[in-house]
Amino acid sequence: MTIDRRQFLKAAGVAGILGLLSSPLFKVFAPGELEASEELKEGGTLSALPLSAQRWSMVVDMKAFPSVESYNKCIDACNYTHNIPKMDTENHEIKWIWPEKYEHAFPDSYDTYLSENIEAMTFLVLCNHCDNPPCVRVCPTKATFKRSDGIVAMDYHRCIGCRFCMAACPYGARSFNWRDPRLFLKNINPLYPTRTKGVVEKCNFCADRLYRGEQPACVEVSGGGLVFGDLKDKNSNVRNILRSKFAITRKPDRGTLPRVYYIIGGHTSTTGCVPE
Amino acid sequence: MIEKALSGSKFYWAWMSFLLVVILVGVSAYVRQFHYGLGITGMSRDVSWGFYISQFTFFVGVAASAVMVVMPYYLHDFKRFGRITILGEFLAIPAVVMCMLFISVDMGQPTRILNVILYSTPNSIMFWDMVALSGYLMINVLVGWTTLSAQHRLIQPPKWVKPLTYLSIPWAFSIHTVTAFLYSGLPARHFWLSAIMAARFLSSAFASGPAFLIILCLVIKRITKFNPGDRAINSLVTIVTYALIVNIFFVGLELFTALYSQVPGHMQTFQYLYFGLEGHGKMIHLMWFSTFLALMAVILLIVPATRANQITLLIACASVHVSLWVDKGFGFVIGGFVPNPLEKVTEYWPTLNELLVTTGIWSIGLLILTALYKIAISVKIEIEA
Repeated sequence: MTIDRRQFLKAAGVAGILGLLSSPLFKVFAPGELEASEELKEGGTLSALPLSAQRWSMVVDMKAFPSVESYNKCIDACNYTHNIPKMDTENHEIKWIWPEKYEHAFPDSYDTYLSENIEAMTFLVLCNHCDNPPCVRVCPTKATFKRSDGIVAMDYHRCIGCRFCMAACPYGARSFNWRDPRLFLKNINPLYPTRTKGVVEKCNFCADRLYRGEQPACVEVSGGGLVFGDLKDKNSNVRNILRSKFAITRKPDRGTLPRVYYIIGGHTSTTGCVPE
Repeated sequence: MIEKALSGSKFYWAWMSFLLVVILVGVSAYVRQFHYGLGITGMSRDVSWGFYISQFTFFVGVAASAVMVVMPYYLHDFKRFGRITILGEFLAIPAVVMCMLFISVDMGQPTRILNVILYSTPNSIMFWDMVALSGYLMINVLVGWTTLSAQHRLIQPPKWVKPLTYLSIPWAFSIHTVTAFLYSGLPARHFWLSAIMAARFLSSAFASGPAFLIILCLVIKRITKFNPGDRAINSLVTIVTYALIVNIFFVGLELFTALYSQVPGHMQTFQYLYFGLEGHGKMIHLMWFSTFLALMAVILLIVPATRANQITLLIACASVHVSLWVDKGFGFVIGGFVPNPLEKVTEYWPTLNELLVTTGIWSIGLLILTALYKIAISVKIEIEA
């Protein structure tokens, strides 16, 4: 069969008209999408202006976490906010923020005869939102990327599930959906998407909540134990704390420049609060 | 030429049907995995790469090892490899195909695999791995097929084949170097964070690949009318021997640095693999078995009597291949994840479904290899007749 020019142009014209018509048609036949976007519009009417910073960072003040309840509150808030499933085996666990003993949180600076206080402490660990993140360096699709405000974010729709980022992270902060996470979710928070099987995820410093003008979920319920602020602003809450108290980061020797600081019972310096 | 793979003895068809059955089992196991998720494997949050990625790593080496026959023949005019060069090139093709399949079945979202091209990210080593592997596959298909069909028609191969052949030499080195870079550039894993990794990968590849090629040559000599030539096999044996010794030397260097420096991070994985860590030791027996096989192979390959005897040579080559398979195709990848970055020990062991997918891919490799070798050998016999 051969097509002459005239027939071709006709066919192309018909196809073009169909194409123009099809986009509203698709919208009619995919009501789910319409509803979703309506909902977004409603949910998107901002009650407050988005929180912004040049460089988001977090300080974990261990003084505020004396009991299991004190840190579990933060973990539960995170799990609900981000629809984190409770998997049936430890091997498939999804964790964004979780408790660890000193020897596991800071394995490089662990030694015998540490104070009993330190041995007993439970540290909340999470993604460090590194300034020099190896996970971003190795990702073959830019599914994980660093935002201009320092947050290391993820696009769950682009992730191919190669798990290179998991091999690269020195903090074990990344989880993979070995199974369909929706099968293991009881209460779904409609404000944050659930994930599919076969993609990696991790703490996002609540980028979604910051956009709505809210503090990260864990920070909100931490009773002051988790302080969230702009590291580049020298008068910010985090800078004020870091100026006066001795803080450490996890595995600084890896060159990742982690941006979650830990204060372990240090004293307040007398000159520390004077701005330079 | 392709018709030569479509006719053969009863034995040929029995072998091919057997492979097809194993492939079908593998495919159905993969369908299960596709629906259930990678949770059907033995992998976990802590050991997030397992058998698939290990196999990929090992077979990149087998693919790269073709250069051990291509380089002497084309670059140094080493005539006695003339009869087996095509066998080397045709071994590389199924090896690369298997690598690509192992990567694909390891993906959490295999349908999104084109994102690697759509959003190409040159700072990711995985991007370069894709470039290196697909390029190497094309080079070997083009060079191997064109050269063979020219021989078949008793004419000189076209002029463009020669520069492509030369290109295949550095390219072979590059594929395995890039594979090593996947591991050796990660700040999270002490065991892999070693400058010698690429060199070690190449030495183990140049031992295990040619060892397998020797086994194939001996089988071909036995079941077909084509003789790859004893002198060619002898030269391959020399290559295997040197490469194996260099590889053992490199492992020794790693052990010295780790154990003499006493830096915990450097020692822990070796401890786990050979002695067990915190009461976990699933790998111990396999790793010592691998060590034993490697040392035995060195002796069998050095002593003139055992080297000349075909039975002991076969045992030696099989030992080299299996030893390095355990070391690189299993221990190396798993070991890197133990202990995890928080210095906790989670162990890995493949599940049945995972093994079925793996044997399915091996069978695809063997099927392609058999078909290609059938074609190559039929052509060679035809020319000689």
